[in-house]
Amino acid sequence: MAETHTLNPKQGPQEFIAFHIGGQTYCIDIMAVREIRGWTPATPLPHAPEFVRGVINLRGAVLPVIDLAARLGLPQSEPTARHAVIVVQFSGQVVGLLVDAVSNILTLTPDAIQPTPDVASEVARTFIRGVVAADKQMIGVLTVKNLLPEAAASAA
Amino acid sequence: MDPMAAIKQTFFQECEELLTELESGLLKIEDGNDDPETVNAVFRAVHSIKGGAGAFGFDELVEFAHIFETALDLLRSAKLAPNPSVTKTFLRASDSLADFVRAARENGCVAGAHVKSITDELNALCSGAAKKDGTSPPKQQNIDDLDFQPVAVSLDSIFESTPEEPPPFTQDFLIRFMPKPALYAKANEALCLLRELGGLGEMSVECCVDEIPLLSELDPEGAYLSWSVHLRTSADEARVREIFEFVEWDCDLDIAAADVGRLLEEFQAALEPCAKLVSLAEQQKNNNQHMASATLAPSDEHDDNAGPVKVAHPSNENGAYPAQTTIRVDLNRVDRLINLVGELVINQAMLSQRVAEAGLPRASSVVIGLDELEQLTRDIQDSVMAIRAQPVKAVFQRMSRTVREIAAMTGKSVRLVTEGEGTEVDKTVVERLTDPLTHMIRNAVDHGIETPEARAAAGKAEEGSLRLSATHRSGRVVIEVADDGAGLNRGRIREIAVSRGLIPAEADLTDDEIDNLIFLPGFSTASTVSNISGRGVGMDVVKRAIQALGGRISIASNPGRGSTFSMSLPLTLAVLDGMVVTVADQTLVVPLTAVIETLQPKNANVHVLGDGARVIATRSSFIPLIDVGSVLFYRTEETDPTMQVALLVESESGARCALLVDAIQGQRQVVIKSLETNYGRVCGIAAATILGDGRVALILDVDAIVDRPRMDRADQTLVAAE
Repeated sequence: MAETHTLNPKQGPQEFIAFHIGGQTYCIDIMAVREIRGWTPATPLPHAPEFVRGVINLRGAVLPVIDLAARLGLPQSEPTARHAVIVVQFSGQVVGLLVDAVSNILTLTPDAIQPTPDVASEVARTFIRGVVAADKQMIGVLTVKNLLPEAAASAA
Repeated sequence: MDPMAAIKQTFFQECEELLTELESGLLKIEDGNDDPETVNAVFRAVHSIKGGAGAFGFDELVEFAHIFETALDLLRSAKLAPNPSVTKTFLRASDSLADFVRAARENGCVAGAHVKSITDELNALCSGAAKKDGTSPPKQQNIDDLDFQPVAVSLDSIFESTPEEPPPFTQDFLIRFMPKPALYAKANEALCLLRELGGLGEMSVECCVDEIPLLSELDPEGAYLSWSVHLRTSADEARVREIFEFVEWDCDLDIAAADVGRLLEEFQAALEPCAKLVSLAEQQKNNNQHMASATLAPSDEHDDNAGPVKVAHPSNENGAYPAQTTIRVDLNRVDRLINLVGELVINQAMLSQRVAEAGLPRASSVVIGLDELEQLTRDIQDSVMAIRAQPVKAVFQRMSRTVREIAAMTGKSVRLVTEGEGTEVDKTVVERLTDPLTHMIRNAVDHGIETPEARAAAGKAEEGSLRLSATHRSGRVVIEVADDGAGLNRGRIREIAVSRGLIPAEADLTDDEIDNLIFLPGFSTASTVSNISGRGVGMDVVKRAIQALGGRISIASNPGRGSTFSMSLPLTLAVLDGMVVTVADQTLVVPLTAVIETLQPKNANVHVLGDGARVIATRSSFIPLIDVGSVLFYRTEETDPTMQVALLVESESGARCALLVDAIQGQRQVVIKSLETNYGRVCGIAAATILGDGRVALILDVDAIVDRPRMDRADQTLVAAE
């Protein structure tokens, strides 16, 4: 995988995909994104953590879908056909992220990303690697790696 | 991978094929089919292995192949009669050759003593034949000094009897070199060969252009030129032949020392009119069927060493190995194709369902087109699956070696008969069949078939017979191992089972049940642990291996007449026969091989044991009742078993339990998809699959659920307590 998640100021501008979850806006590195598709009902997995919605059929591959809202500690989503699934790939693992809607593509230089404000939330520190100000709002930059469920942790 | 390693790999792949060809050829010869084409094929196989090994510098392999080749050459030139002891030696030599190839591939070495004995045997064959023939031993020396010396393979028998111990200097050779079209087709070049020949000494070359036809009849890819070379050299004949080593099958070559050469020339001149007649006749034939000419010409003339006269004889249909046109393809690419076709089938099914939902009339062009698409996708799927299918021949042939070895070790005489070698199964099934089958064959020879004396006493032929057969039966492959030995000793099996505490001493068992005791873990019938079958693994390992392949094994034994083990295997591992069930509104698939029967629980036969654990009474015993919905946390509340269906399942370890599901939807073949690639192992779930509607359904891991009920129940009560 070519994507790196280090904040190297010498790097050129990177592109990010921004999306909404429960009224908040976040973004992830576009290089990790394989495709974006609409929500289809998932088959629930037994013994799975709450944030794993289940598995769906992605052209023959069995794709686990993570409810990003639940993962970030927000209330679980009630997915409809208008919800989107962002398919991301990280070190060979392909996973779908359930979000409310995809908003736009941002081009950010590394120095535009400010460090995460020192908040008490454990979730914020684990998944958010920085924040940017854009369109008069704050957008959290997520680390793809930490979002994926660990294989070992999922087995009950 | 560096290019050299890639080439080496190709060499070893070819070796595998050549070894198979060698062995099947030898087996044919053993059966009395010793036509020249078979013998030649066997010889060619060893020769090609030697040639390749020489190029890579596998000296040991070359040395052995050379000795083997020398002995085979005697067979080819009919100086050695293919009697049973000779073919047995050759078969064992081919086993050793396979060992050498493996050693070369793994950079290992071959056990010395064994090789020594087989080498000695081969040498003995050679010298024995030489004595009989009265040939003075120039070849014999080659064998003894073990140098990589090409064998004089196409010596005219007329001249061989006049020994030509070459003087070290100035030897005259008359060489007649007539390339065939195949020589050019294999990118060889006559000029290069001649130039190399010139490098050996002084030479004069004459080109014969008589054969060139009129322009209108000229085949641009044909070979019409031939050369006569007069060579003065200090090299010996072997050195001269070496130049032509790689083209010797594709040309007519006569090499003769000058004085003999003159005789040969006269002889040829005398035969000239005859040869012309033959070639005229051939031309006539070629005109009639010029399509066939290309294949006929090379295969006809391999054994034309007897003289320069071309004798056109029809190639033997049985003996000839038809050159299969095959390509080697990376297995990953095939698997990718199979995956994609799987998608296509699912997609097509989804499309059909959508169209049906849209309520289009049956006769509309869309529906008709979809029907055709369905037909096509099925055809594509079948053809793609056929790519992975391989004949079981590869495994069966290995068994003949196993039988030979075990028979030799136990001093028994066994004949292996194979049937249905062409039956095709998925590659993975074929590969994973080798170990269990080897074990069963070992057992059959070691325990099943009696010693020759015992057989004679029982009024049977001294040679035991072992039948290995494969057949297609209703979408599965049935493989049988049948021996005509003593059959299972039921009294002894019972005794052992009791002494090992596998069954209570007073247990009342049917013959069938006793026979099946041998599949229990830790069971071994041999009273002394022999190093053949007593390696700490028993038939239980075989059973588990077969079950892991989605197969079942059964046994039928007839005292005094022998035993038959039958294995029923799926054709492919990518597809599973499943029972589609509903549990708490979810669709699940239960592997059909695990399901024994389905039951309708009634209030009368469901009993509660202790704190909520339920059992169901079947005909003879009480079996734990497990609600699949609770085990998988699809629901927490108790269900009413009488509203549900129970599946009586058996795990690989033999434990039984009844799984409660809400309803049975039906039986279906499903394509197995891994959950682990993108997620991880899920307890109680073996894999996933995609149903016709495009949804993912989970495949139940029956073993995990049956074998760990206690743990799951603990979880269950925990949840209930919360």
